[in-house]
Amino acid sequence: MSDEETQLLIRRIKEGTVIDHIKAGEALQVLDILGITGKDGEIVSVAMNVSSSKIGTKDVVKVANRFLRPEETDKLALVAPLATVNIIRNYKVAEKRKVELPDLFRGILKCPNPTCISNRKNEPIIPTIDVVDKEVPILKCRFCQRVISPSDTLLIA
Amino acid sequence: MDEALKGRDLISVLDLSGSELDALFGIADEMKKYAKSGTDLLKNRVLATLFFEPSTRTRLSFETAMIRLGGNVVGFADPSTSRMTTGETLADTIRMLDSYSNVIVMRHRIEGSARLAAEIATVPVLNAGDGSQHHPTQTLTDLYLMRSEFGHIDQLKIAILGDLKQTRSASSLCFGVSRYKGVKLYLISPEPLKMKQEVKDYLEKSGIEYIESTTLDQYLGDIDVLYVTRLQKERFADPSDYEKYRGSYIVTTEMLQRAKKGMIVMHHLPRIDEIPLEIDYTPNARYFEQAANGLPVRMALLSMIVG
Ligand SMILES: [Zn+2]
Repeated sequence: MSDEETQLLIRRIKEGTVIDHIKAGEALQVLDILGITGKDGEIVSVAMNVSSSKIGTKDVVKVANRFLRPEETDKLALVAPLATVNIIRNYKVAEKRKVELPDLFRGILKCPNPTCISNRKNEPIIPTIDVVDKEVPILKCRFCQRVISPSDTLLIA
Repeated sequence: MDEALKGRDLISVLDLSGSELDALFGIADEMKKYAKSGTDLLKNRVLATLFFEPSTRTRLSFETAMIRLGGNVVGFADPSTSRMTTGETLADTIRMLDSYSNVIVMRHRIEGSARLAAEIATVPVLNAGDGSQHHPTQTLTDLYLMRSEFGHIDQLKIAILGDLKQTRSASSLCFGVSRYKGVKLYLISPEPLKMKQEVKDYLEKSGIEYIESTTLDQYLGDIDVLYVTRLQKERFADPSDYEKYRGSYIVTTEMLQRAKKGMIVMHHLPRIDEIPLEIDYTPNARYFEQAANGLPVRMALLSMIVG
């Protein structure tokens, strides 16, 4: 399938976000980590295992009328480090973003350790996850110091 | 007085560098002189002890250290006897004691609570054990004993025996020895109570050589330090496992005869039956000295952080 056919497969969006170059088969993880369930009524199109001139096959996700915040883009680095994020306004790419791990996630991800104090509702605490190694990557909860790997269930704070 | 630690929190032993550990141990040597007579170094200073989980030894050691330094102590030993903590958030309790004191010592069963306290408090927070793998002042005491005994910590061969999965002194010691060169660890535990993978990952990353085994016997001739921890029945999912393993984790005089000359036996106390009373009279026993060292070490720490 050519890139053009891919374009036809998923319709263009007027306003919103296109997440391109997701590793083939991993689009659902992308939706998961962004907390996109479809229950909020947004129009979401997902194309899986389509051909790509750059990486063989890939997945593409388009979300209409939602503009990913930069910290949400950071989060994508955990499941789709090669993805590109395009913010679309009036059918045009208004902004292109590279996905990159930040030094820390503050108030973005929750610690997967249920007995960690950062998961106690009544304490005034902003969950903070430090990225201790961007290559592997390795993440660590600032509070309980538990090492978190991207294969752990990553919850949205 | 060394100023490097002034105002700092101590949540994990890894908060201290190798040279900071050296400085602290040097001051602990000095503090031995004042362990009975006392000084007025921390006169008019207040230590708050927040023991949300009881730990008589650690608390008494901190309180005595503060009193010997001429300071005062406020706090509680067990929250069930104190109405103060019922229904209140940890953050609110910390804020209150922060306004009363110059340093806070805290033990809490919830993982990460010491770090939370440190973020909220304006005064330094010392972790006396939280639900995680850290118990820095126990490790300082342990390292200090090894240093006094052997004159160095580099190159020591240290076996840690027992429940390595749930004993915070054991994981904390693994972090502590990573500040030294050429240390070799022997992690001896029943299969279900092995050291947590992330601690082993840390050892690997830090270049600390270690061996894991369920039996100690074959290493007795090699090790300098035998660090014993409690093996508790309730920690086994299957009670028959406890019966199966128990015998191999009790120190015997016969074992000590086969051990390397000069090997010392350590234990963070209190013990149950893993070190029988007859071991107390052997030349290998060092756990009472180890416990006693907690005082000068905590005096050194408090004086450096609050001083
Ligand atoms: Zn945590």
